[in-house]
Amino acid sequence: MTAPAEIAIAALLVIGGAFGAVGSWALVRLPDPMTRLHGPTKAATLGVGAVLVASMAAMWFRHGIVSWHELLVALFLFVTAPLTGLFIAKAHLHLSWQRDELPRPGADTDWATYAERAAANPATEAAPPPPHRR
Amino acid sequence: MLELALGFAIGCYVLAQLFCLYRVVIAPGLSDRVLALDTMTINMIALITLFGIRQGTAIYFEATMLFALVGFVSTVAFAKFVLRGDIIE
Repeated sequence: MTAPAEIAIAALLVIGGAFGAVGSWALVRLPDPMTRLHGPTKAATLGVGAVLVASMAAMWFRHGIVSWHELLVALFLFVTAPLTGLFIAKAHLHLSWQRDELPRPGADTDWATYAERAAANPATEAAPPPPHRR
Repeated sequence: MLELALGFAIGCYVLAQLFCLYRVVIAPGLSDRVLALDTMTINMIALITLFGIRQGTAIYFEATMLFALVGFVSTVAFAKFVLRGDIIE
């Protein structure tokens, strides 16, 4: 393994480790549940991404094997991390906030968690019954 | 130098797991516990990958993929349970 490759892999590992530690430290340090969401969803994804790229590079430079598996994991995490953040935020709103404590979300909409509009929304309207039951 | 960086990264992620464990045990609310558990699965992916680099193999890919999948599905199932009172409606 050449020296520049080793330096690059070591730098990626250090960056990844630092981001992971800071992302989890945010869970303990930050004061409010909504701000606590911020640490893990961004920093842990970037940290794990750097570690996965370092793993790919190490396989390539050490053993001459090009390994695409890590890219699959990184892609999966990049797609799912915002989703889990959104879902946890929604569950938190639902658990610990009353509807009248929240600010108005905008023109004539409502917070999706409290879904009063969901009944009037044609997309969530109940499907008509099947023909044989009419 | 690579060994040193590997050791640093593994130490960082072990520390991160301890922070998350603290947040799972002592948490002000249910959503904080679930967020900490979700972060623990993400940190576990990094730890397994680092172990793979140290061993010089790529066979731990399946373990990381399983952790990613199960962590995502369990978090979504929790959120759905809180929001709707049911997971499979």
